[in-house]
Amino acid sequence: MLFHAILFYFFSVILIGAACGVIFSKNPVHAIMFLVLAFFQSAMLWLLVEAEFLAIVLVLVYVGAVMVLFLFVVMMLDINVEAIQRSLTRFAPFAIAVALLMAIELVQLIWLRSRTDAGPGVFESYPEGYSNTKALGSVLYTEHVYAFEIAAVVLLLAIVAAISLTMRKRPGLKVQNIGQQVAVRAKDRLRVVKMESEKKQ
Amino acid sequence: MLEFLANLIPTFIWDIWNSLPPLVQYLTIVTWKILFVTIGVILIVAFSTYFERKVIGSMQARIGPNRVGPLGLGQPFADVIKLLIKEVVVPSQSNKFLFVIAPLLTLIPALAAWAVIPLNDWYVIADINAGLLYVLALTSVGVYGVILAGWATNSKYAFLGAMRSAAQIVSYEIAMGFALVGILMAAGSLNIGDIVRAQAGGLSNWFLFPLLPLFLVYWISGVAETNRAPFDVAEGESEIVAGYHVEYSGVAFAIFFLAEYANMVLISTLTAIFFLGGWASPFEGLAFLSSLASIPVVGLLVVGGLHWLFIKMAFFMYTFFWLRATFPRYRYDQIMRLGWKVFIPVTIIWIVVEGVMAWFEVGPWAGLTG
Repeated sequence: MLFHAILFYFFSVILIGAACGVIFSKNPVHAIMFLVLAFFQSAMLWLLVEAEFLAIVLVLVYVGAVMVLFLFVVMMLDINVEAIQRSLTRFAPFAIAVALLMAIELVQLIWLRSRTDAGPGVFESYPEGYSNTKALGSVLYTEHVYAFEIAAVVLLLAIVAAISLTMRKRPGLKVQNIGQQVAVRAKDRLRVVKMESEKKQ
Repeated sequence: MLEFLANLIPTFIWDIWNSLPPLVQYLTIVTWKILFVTIGVILIVAFSTYFERKVIGSMQARIGPNRVGPLGLGQPFADVIKLLIKEVVVPSQSNKFLFVIAPLLTLIPALAAWAVIPLNDWYVIADINAGLLYVLALTSVGVYGVILAGWATNSKYAFLGAMRSAAQIVSYEIAMGFALVGILMAAGSLNIGDIVRAQAGGLSNWFLFPLLPLFLVYWISGVAETNRAPFDVAEGESEIVAGYHVEYSGVAFAIFFLAEYANMVLISTLTAIFFLGGWASPFEGLAFLSSLASIPVVGLLVVGGLHWLFIKMAFFMYTFFWLRATFPRYRYDQIMRLGWKVFIPVTIIWIVVEGVMAWFEVGPWAGLTG
């Protein structure tokens, strides 16, 4: 257990440090890399409680796909650091209010839990051969199937909405006709001309 | 075999070994396993550069490297030594930290993915249940190195390469993931060892045949994911010089090179594992051949093992080089079209087909519903 505790605090400290890095770094690319580090550390924490499926899916979805797209967009922005600093002070009261609200909620939750529970829950490791992938699947597709399907439909709706919002018909847009390109044969493009070789004078 | 080797070691070494605490024993074994796999991968990478140049050389009616050592076999080492003693130039306007760390970010996932890959029935560093997801997660992390290299270099060519690579890898990852969904439906497990065991029993049980469309999608997506020709728009020598690694030299370039080839070996091995039965022999289950198993060399071909995985991997490596020598580079919009409009629909349709077949217990999917 001591080894677990050491690992837990090690990952947690890096996680909190990385989370602070996201907020405090001025360069947005650095901020994103800190966020990636934070995701990795939270995946590690999940691995510590033997939730390997969730941990790997977190890395797969957030690090492997979402953050790559973030990085892709942020790299192309022309960042004006001064403007960011100005907006930092402008939104400060609002941000502090949100942070306070969340802190209060968190403390309340912990306080509530500590009253109802008998004590700090001791984590017991699962028996050999336990697969939390299977455990997750067996409730996700039976008990929570409606919630699961509603989430899927909402996501689909988001995809369609995002595409329809960004798609605009521009006049004079040049588009390649792929069918035509594939159907092209050599004789459409190339004419072999037979001619006499020229005489050397 | 193992008992024979164990008997060779003097008993006092066994006594010392047994007196060690279990944790130390465990760590020693794991460290040796990791070292063996890593050194093996790096050696395969070294000789696959030689293999590539010989293969492409003969396809283009050239000789290929033949100066260093017998048959030119020393060429990879000469190249490595050359790269190691070259100066690493860091552009003055670059982001130094990210510039240096980017090659490592491409290499680490390429090597770390080997942790869950079984080399034969018992040799696997970490036999975890979510192995397939782990591999998928790590192959998608490798793109960070490419993007960061392109951005940190602070050069237009490198940046163009990074953006192309990011768009390409993200698009092909989806098709790759869907192809793997087909695999785990057929095998009924996310554990890579179990996926291979599901294909045991000879050639006809390999997933290659029932999942042929997924095999093609997975393999071509794998080529795209490693940024190899004909999908090498991220490097595109004739368009953007060398893309994301245009400013890299010496060791930093060598690490990019190592990562690219390590990824190729990884994708080849994964394709062999998922579709060609991994370490399993294609001649399993043939009664008349089982008597051959005791003959020294021929017997090895009948029984499964590391050598079969290696042969299958080498075949796919050869195909990588074959593709490179054969096809011109894809146009960027064609790459996107192939990924989004051809591969993703093909995989989704085949997953549905597989589901229906499994439901009605048709053909190789009979008994999957249980």
